[in-house]
Amino acid sequence: MVRGLGASASSTARPGRWRRLAGAALLVLLAGGCATLPPNAGQDPRDPWEKVNRNVFEFNEGFDEAILKPAAELWLQLPAGLRECFSNAFFNLRGPSIAINNTLQGKPEAAVSDVGRFVVNTIWGLGGCFDPASDLGLERHEEDFGQTLGVWGFEPGPFLVIPFLGPSNVRDAVGILGVEPFLDLNFYIDEPALEYSIFALRIVNARAELLQTGRLIDAAALDRYSFIRDAFLQRRRSLIYDGNPPREIDPEDILDEPAPAAVPAARPPAATPPRPAEPGK
Amino acid sequence: MLLSLLRSHLPGLKLVRLWTAAITLAATGVALAQAATAPDAMVRDLTVEVLDTIRADKSIAGGDIGRVQKLVDEKILPYVDFQKMTQLAVGRGWRSASPEQRAALTREFRTLLVRTYSGALAQVKDHQVQMRPYRAQPGDTDVLVRTAVVPSRGEPITLDYRLEKQDAGWKIYDVNVLGVWLVENYKSQFAGEISAGGIDGLIKTLTERNRQLAEAKKA
Repeated sequence: MVRGLGASASSTARPGRWRRLAGAALLVLLAGGCATLPPNAGQDPRDPWEKVNRNVFEFNEGFDEAILKPAAELWLQLPAGLRECFSNAFFNLRGPSIAINNTLQGKPEAAVSDVGRFVVNTIWGLGGCFDPASDLGLERHEEDFGQTLGVWGFEPGPFLVIPFLGPSNVRDAVGILGVEPFLDLNFYIDEPALEYSIFALRIVNARAELLQTGRLIDAAALDRYSFIRDAFLQRRRSLIYDGNPPREIDPEDILDEPAPAAVPAARPPAATPPRPAEPGK
Repeated sequence: MLLSLLRSHLPGLKLVRLWTAAITLAATGVALAQAATAPDAMVRDLTVEVLDTIRADKSIAGGDIGRVQKLVDEKILPYVDFQKMTQLAVGRGWRSASPEQRAALTREFRTLLVRTYSGALAQVKDHQVQMRPYRAQPGDTDVLVRTAVVPSRGEPITLDYRLEKQDAGWKIYDVNVLGVWLVENYKSQFAGEISAGGIDGLIKTLTERNRQLAEAKKA
């Protein structure tokens, strides 16, 4: 899921359609009424826009139930080998973006490996259908411009649910809508019909890969919204630190001593530990 | 001359040899004990055993969740501290909870986790466990063990554990899947439930969810 609304900003040839779509979405959002809000909605400092977010989330869930999930289930009917070929090829389109982002994050070895991966898989992997690079030890990296901003020290900002695209935050939204579309090879396919078809299939394929996770969340989550939000925020933080984020100590976790009666109800505003601008390697 | 020197030192030599033997023995013993209780080795052995059992058991591949749940009960639960897990997830509300409420929370949360975990475990086919770099000092009582579960095709799934040293040995109290800590991921959900219906509201929601899942399984 790389573009989407970003297309409205990046393309002058077809703004009308996108505007109509956005208008329709807004209408559905308004008509859809309100998501049920928990009493503490908006109190989480990471999610001040929770009320709006929950409504967009509801809308996305409806869109998913009606269109995306059925399409993904249909996609799953394809033979596994063919799906893997598509999946690899779609990932390969992100190759240059990953290499560029690793460069911007000051990881030249990773970037060189990414370039190698892209070349090997594009040529010997027949356009990325196969993944001989992994057999050569050039492993997949997962990078995008949102992460690069994080590495540069930008804070994530408030949590944000983007219509159709799903969970994000202000920093990642800048990356995914403002920068990633231009780094993704999908954008440079000249034939519009092909460009959009590939883009749509990528989304369907990505959704298909999440079907099992979706079932797990159905069972495990008491509140899908906060489950998905918290998982997203944790996962993004982990990605920025390439899987090794420093431990965040929650003052509430200091458990063993019973709370003294005289403790003021208000928690100190500095409850969130200071985040280093430069993550560990 | 040489002989007499040797003879005069013989008792000493014997003593030295005895000491060496004793120290060697003690050192081996310590090493063995450490190997048996080192948290990373514990996690590795546990995972290998569970994965092997799943691979060998045809009924699990056939989708028998009951079998997986039994496996989890027997092999994994003895090494998990659910009370601490629940306490951390409930956070501030735990202090005001009565002993009965705490017990109910722990029981229902455990049921929910075992059920969802078993569901995920039932999907495992040909995965292998891979240990990732482990950094801990000998005296640490709270450690992070990092692993990855690698399928024969596709990307590895990182799976990390936090363990605490207790009187009964090392106990797992948090699990991380692909960068997401389990306890952390339940904190806001629990806080939301508590803000809506108090501790009892949370217990009710958990119980209700477990009942639904049990019924869905039967159907």
